[in-house]
Amino acid sequence: MRLLQSVLVRLATTAVTLFGLAVIVFVVIRVVPGNPVAMMLPPGATEADVARLSALYGLDKSIFQQFLIWAGGVLQGDFGTSITARQPVLELVLGRLPATLELSIMALIIAIVIGGLAALTGTRLRGTRVEGGIDVANGVALSVPDFLWGLVLILLFGVLMPVFHISGRVTPSLELPFVTEFYLFESVVRLRFDLWSDIVAHMFMPALALAIPLSAIIGQLLKQSLKETMHLDYVTLSRTKGYGETHVILREALPNAALPTLTLVGVQFTFLIGGTVIIERLFSYEGLGNMAIDAVINRDLPLIQGIVILFAVIFTGVNLFVDMMYAALNPRLRHA
Amino acid sequence: MNLNRRSLLQLSTAAIALGVTGLPARAQAIDELVIAYNVTLPSWDPTVGPSAVNPTIQGFYQSVFDQYILQQPDLKPAPGLLTEWGWSDDKKQVWMTVREGVTWHDGSPFTAEDVAWSLARVAKPETGSPIQFVWGTLANHRVEGNKVIADVVQFDPTIFKWMYFLTGYVLPKAYYERVGAEGFEAAPIGTGPYMVEKFERNAFVRLKANANYWGGKPDFDTVTIKFVPDAAARVAEVESGNSHVTLEMPYEEYDRLKGGPLAGIAAPISDIGMIFLNDIDVMTDPNVRMAAAHAIDKQTIIDRLLSGYGVKIDTLQTPEYDAYDASIQVAYDPAKATELLAASGYSVDNPVKFKIQTTKGFKPKDYEVIQAIVGLWRKVGIEAEIEVYEIAKHYELRGADQLAPAAFYNWGNSVGDPTTSTGFAMFGPSPHSVWDGEDLIGKIGPLWGEADEAKRIEGWKAVDRFVAENALVIPLMQYVQPILHAPGVVVTPHASGALLPHLMKRA
Repeated sequence: MRLLQSVLVRLATTAVTLFGLAVIVFVVIRVVPGNPVAMMLPPGATEADVARLSALYGLDKSIFQQFLIWAGGVLQGDFGTSITARQPVLELVLGRLPATLELSIMALIIAIVIGGLAALTGTRLRGTRVEGGIDVANGVALSVPDFLWGLVLILLFGVLMPVFHISGRVTPSLELPFVTEFYLFESVVRLRFDLWSDIVAHMFMPALALAIPLSAIIGQLLKQSLKETMHLDYVTLSRTKGYGETHVILREALPNAALPTLTLVGVQFTFLIGGTVIIERLFSYEGLGNMAIDAVINRDLPLIQGIVILFAVIFTGVNLFVDMMYAALNPRLRHA
Repeated sequence: MNLNRRSLLQLSTAAIALGVTGLPARAQAIDELVIAYNVTLPSWDPTVGPSAVNPTIQGFYQSVFDQYILQQPDLKPAPGLLTEWGWSDDKKQVWMTVREGVTWHDGSPFTAEDVAWSLARVAKPETGSPIQFVWGTLANHRVEGNKVIADVVQFDPTIFKWMYFLTGYVLPKAYYERVGAEGFEAAPIGTGPYMVEKFERNAFVRLKANANYWGGKPDFDTVTIKFVPDAAARVAEVESGNSHVTLEMPYEEYDRLKGGPLAGIAAPISDIGMIFLNDIDVMTDPNVRMAAAHAIDKQTIIDRLLSGYGVKIDTLQTPEYDAYDASIQVAYDPAKATELLAASGYSVDNPVKFKIQTTKGFKPKDYEVIQAIVGLWRKVGIEAEIEVYEIAKHYELRGADQLAPAAFYNWGNSVGDPTTSTGFAMFGPSPHSVWDGEDLIGKIGPLWGEADEAKRIEGWKAVDRFVAENALVIPLMQYVQPILHAPGVVVTPHASGALLPHLMKRA
């Protein structure tokens, strides 16, 4: 009951947060220099042309009036029409969201696998040169930003050993039978592993570039947690019972040590989605981030608003989900 | 199909291997041409919205749609959907003869009705054409047999030039009216050399050759244009063999790769780099302006910073433009610059100070070019503070006449007419000009409606001479567009900067 109450309170605060964000974004993108009409004015346009185009896009009204019109539309599910693409914003944004989600989830899985393996190996072989090597690799992975990893990967696996595709999400010549935009998921469901392999070959490098810094964070934190847990009494007891070190780490220490890492993964996942903006651009991946950059360059105000709001919904949603998961997994919080 | 963990793993490995081996190889014969383009295509209607006036995406439009008048790679006009055109003797009407035997991509016949409807549509303010102020100079469009006639509301000597410039495209009347704006965006058709087969926003467009194209079927049956905005990724695309052609990479990369596994072509295009001078503060002093112009060693900047890929210019006309006059020169003369500044009381120890605005990364080495210029200015007694801004801010500041005393910009003029270079850049009342001097306005004003073409061009040359002599703007260089391509493709560059697949042939 208290959990439900807590969730409802969080949902209410989330709604307030989103409204506040919408107001801020709406005002800021209209106040900063560079309006879309100025961007599209051709040589020779007169003041009358400026006025005509401003009226056409509703930019001749006050910011407050524009916000009321936009907010009224949003309440009815209408986020406006993109100035550059001339398509409904919601349709555009929801059309690109699955690509970004698939990329982010793949990056997260890769990060958990690499980080988890590094932490477990480092813990199992603590005090050896292997642990030192893992620490050094962690440091390098953490200190290089994801877009630089992207460039390194392009050079290595795109040019020197052309194993993966450099740009796009899928080979243009392929016929796609999908009914959703979740290509990777749907290719598995349909057992179309030919398409699945093509999608993975496109997605792997951007996902790995996103994953490398995160894997280092996960690896470091998990290893630290494991180290602390390994000194606890119940772990020592387990050893005295004669269990092997690997069993002790995996079965006894890991479940408890994973809890703080889970929280971190949740928080980092939102940053990961934010990081897709640059990576999607670098790999010409047709996701939300790539679209966001074009929207900003072109001062496509309705599209910028739509993308920011959607990102905010994802961020707050993921944080809410992580908090709930944490509460569900942590007995002290569950019964508090 | 029974799948267990082992068979799934085996199948996945095999599928990945298949995907990997399926990557295109440079050495293979080219069946499907793949182009890595530097920009994305936001919208398919080439006549309305911001995309319609974006010069960098005109290549997409020209692949699918035809303009009223064809523009050749050297920017010169040629018969296209219109085979002949002109004014009546009294300049009260325009007439256009429409090509026969042309079909739309859906197989329906192209007619004079399509031309008349296309012109009338963009002339209406409610359509939202950014160039309505040009198309609105014609009215009462009507079809007479194979001819389209329209009344001239206001004489514009460049009206036919706009017919191969921004928004000058013919759209299908019957199809557009049937499917509407949204339907047209979803499935655009034109009369151009290629038909749209598949379009993924922010990803690629796949084109099929139009076998019935009036200009002859293109060499490549299928063309995929990938949108790859990042220059490093574009270079990797052609280096790896994933794409056959790309453009707009750093000149150092171009030099590294051309002549090796890839071929290259670098030709001047209609984009120029220039410095707007705003008639405010110290820029009202002609000595300061002329000193700033004479202190810039343009050729050295081109050689050192742009690896020699650029053409020095002293007016806003490039050699391909109608009003280019090679005799107008502004020499690099630092001694003269020092002398001019001294006449106004400035020196290295007492420099004249102003701000210069520039983009950073919008054009090749834009910021570095301005840094070099500021360095050269410092030697003669000019201390300029650099402010970096986004291109969007430039447009807004220029529209409001609030640019700094000096501001770097690139000006495109793929139609090559002086009105769309010197005219709009320097005519005070234009929202694109920041120089408001009455003397210049007086010189330009009569040229807008000049009906005698030879007299009009000579008039613009005189304006360019006046502008150069008084240093009202500082033209810097004409840009060169680098294109890298696989040896199996022959690429014909277009001086407008549009990379057109139908101008590409198998080697």
